[in-house]
Amino acid sequence: MSDTPYQHLRDLPAHHILGTGTPMCAGCGGLATLHQVYDILGEKCVIINAAGCMTLLSVYPCTPFHGSWLYTAMASAPAGAQGVRDGLDILKKKGRLSREEDLEVVVLTGDGSANGMGLSATSGAMDRNLDFLYLCYDNEGYGNTGQQYSAATPHAARTATSKGSLGYPGYKKDLFAIWAAHNPGYVATVVAAEPLDLARKIERARGLSGPRLILALAPCPTGWDFEPSASVEIGKLAVATGIWPLKEYVDGRVTHTKIPHPRLEVRDYLKAQGRFAHLFAPRENRKMIAEIQARVDRYWQKVD
Amino acid sequence: MNRKLLTGNGAAAWGARLARIDYLPAFPITPQTEIIETLSNWIEGQELECRMVTLESEHSMLTAAGAAAVTGVRVFTATSSQGLLYAAEMLYTVAGWRVPLVLVNVSRGLSSPITLEPDHNDVLAMRDCGFLQLHCATCQEVLDNLLIAYRLAEHPRVRLPVLVNLDGFYLSFTREPVQIPSQREVDRFLPPFEAGSISFRGGEPLSEGVTVLEGSAYSYFRYQAHLASLEGIAVYEELGQEFAKLFGWDYSALECYCSEDAEIVLVMIGSFATKAKEAVDRLRETGRKIGLVRPRLVRPFPVAALRQALAGKKGVAVIDQNLSPGKGGILHGELASVLYGTPEAPAVLASFVGGLGGRDISSEEFFEIHKVVQRAVATGITPEPQLLYTEEELRSLRKMQSVARAVRSNQGGGA
Ligand SMILES: Cc1ncc(C[n+]2csc(CCOP(=O)(O)OP(=O)(O)O)c2C)c(N)n1
Ligand code: SF4
Ligand SMILES: [Mg+2]
Repeated sequence: MSDTPYQHLRDLPAHHILGTGTPMCAGCGGLATLHQVYDILGEKCVIINAAGCMTLLSVYPCTPFHGSWLYTAMASAPAGAQGVRDGLDILKKKGRLSREEDLEVVVLTGDGSANGMGLSATSGAMDRNLDFLYLCYDNEGYGNTGQQYSAATPHAARTATSKGSLGYPGYKKDLFAIWAAHNPGYVATVVAAEPLDLARKIERARGLSGPRLILALAPCPTGWDFEPSASVEIGKLAVATGIWPLKEYVDGRVTHTKIPHPRLEVRDYLKAQGRFAHLFAPRENRKMIAEIQARVDRYWQKVD
Repeated sequence: MNRKLLTGNGAAAWGARLARIDYLPAFPITPQTEIIETLSNWIEGQELECRMVTLESEHSMLTAAGAAAVTGVRVFTATSSQGLLYAAEMLYTVAGWRVPLVLVNVSRGLSSPITLEPDHNDVLAMRDCGFLQLHCATCQEVLDNLLIAYRLAEHPRVRLPVLVNLDGFYLSFTREPVQIPSQREVDRFLPPFEAGSISFRGGEPLSEGVTVLEGSAYSYFRYQAHLASLEGIAVYEELGQEFAKLFGWDYSALECYCSEDAEIVLVMIGSFATKAKEAVDRLRETGRKIGLVRPRLVRPFPVAALRQALAGKKGVAVIDQNLSPGKGGILHGELASVLYGTPEAPAVLASFVGGLGGRDISSEEFFEIHKVVQRAVATGITPEPQLLYTEEELRSLRKMQSVARAVRSNQGGGA
């Protein structure tokens, strides 16, 4: 990724274009991601949103965006992207829209929409090789409705609908692999706590065409139960423990962009969040923690 | 002008073609599929310059249709029954975006039980979504109303999506002679869409579908959509006259057939109204003062015109090709709200439900309806709502059931 202009932190955009004063929670990892992404994309984009926390960014009559915005519904943001992309292409072909007026079409949804209700529309958009960027902020649950578990919730996490001593019984769905199986233009994982890696990937995605996914782990103080000031730290821990591998898919190949070495224990990450507190008190659930660690180890064994 | 035998689906496709649609998001469903297949063939044969995309569902299809309309291109799409309901969330959503597009619905009864045959429950389930609704009775009306629908949808006083309805099978697959206007004639009636402020483009940011946090702003936008829809009545009348000047026949929100001097009036929508007309003719031959009133517009509902057309009538029979279980015919309730409390409201407003899932309504049944209303007028007592079903029908259904039972017991199954 040495082909991007982002070599050092000082290369990152100094001018921030997403307005402030939104109703997102303090320490929202999703919003931090959007800030960084928007700074790089610039205002020449139209954001196609599905129901979720970020829907509350554009509240009549104000918007933090300098570019355009279209809220669709929870299930069909990629279809909205299809309509806008096609509409703009038709106008261009007819000479009714200049190249300068053209827009990058960006889908913005949470993990619930991306992994569940919106997956059919996403897969359809990939079948049709739609030229769009999909930004999924993954707060690992249905955040806007009070953090019930979604298909992206990690094993054992406590959510509003998995409050028992074992937490969520399922396993996080592998959206990266689902996308990659469609052979799209680009897929990458990012986290706002690693801004340089994120900036390079957005820049890279911009230069490519076809369906492109940026899957951002989005530490969520409200849903994960930690202090807002710890948001960046938790993002860093997710990477350092190997729980959130930073990687990208291009031309059929997956490359890890940051291999944590040495890897910290997953317990450091788990212990920092209230949603995993039941693994540590009243008694430490060693078996469960070891199981989570083993899954992470198995993942990295395949990488190394 | 060129006269040709066309099915209702063919007429819809011709309407879309002549409207020079830019964009066609599509998804197959019987009995609508022929429309998108026809358009697709024209696109492939380069007879029509249009981008067609098959989405993976009607929900996505309507999303793409609305989203493309926001960029300012002319959009057409079509569906039926299950597809219309699958897209329901997006019909409400897109109407709120206040963008013009035309959606054809080919009416088909809803599951369950599953059927391919028509009634109006699908389209009436979308009565309140904010789309204007035009209901056609003939293939000619389908073609003409598609052109009018674009003018209506794109009209600065309206700016709402329009649904054009035609009945499955009875119109969709029935060939009728249709006058197909030339492209030049149509271009004079329907010029290219001047999108104005409806556009997404660099340098002109626009937000659509934003959140409102309290009831006051929500009410404001909902009322705006309602008032714009109401404007649609006068605009449709204007367009109907303009259409007449160019093409020689006119359209009005209400079709009144022999109703002026009638004492008893039938009220219906859709293609079965042509059956009602025939019954009116036969009854008129025997001296009965009967007529028919057919709203072409269901949303906005031509309230004033209906009041005027029905003022002073002795009895009105509303024939509903739909059923709201637990209440009855939907149009009947609509008519009651139109007429109640008006000075010359007919004393008898009788309700008949029939023609569900493609079941015919025979001339004899129309005669019977007339008889029932005549009796009600004489006694002053409005009858209970009636569900049309003949004894013969019931007998043959029972027979079918007993045959199935016999087969099952022969095979050793339980009863
Ligand atoms: C069809 C539909 N079902 C349910 C909802 C309610 N709803 C709104 S946001 C939301 C959660 C979305 O979760 P996700 O996509 O992860 O975004 P987040 O809220 O976490 O930002 C739900 C269930 C809805 N808006 N639409
Ligand atoms: S609930 Fe979580 S994702 Fe949603 S705004 Fe709050 S911090 Fe952000
Ligand atoms: Mg979420």
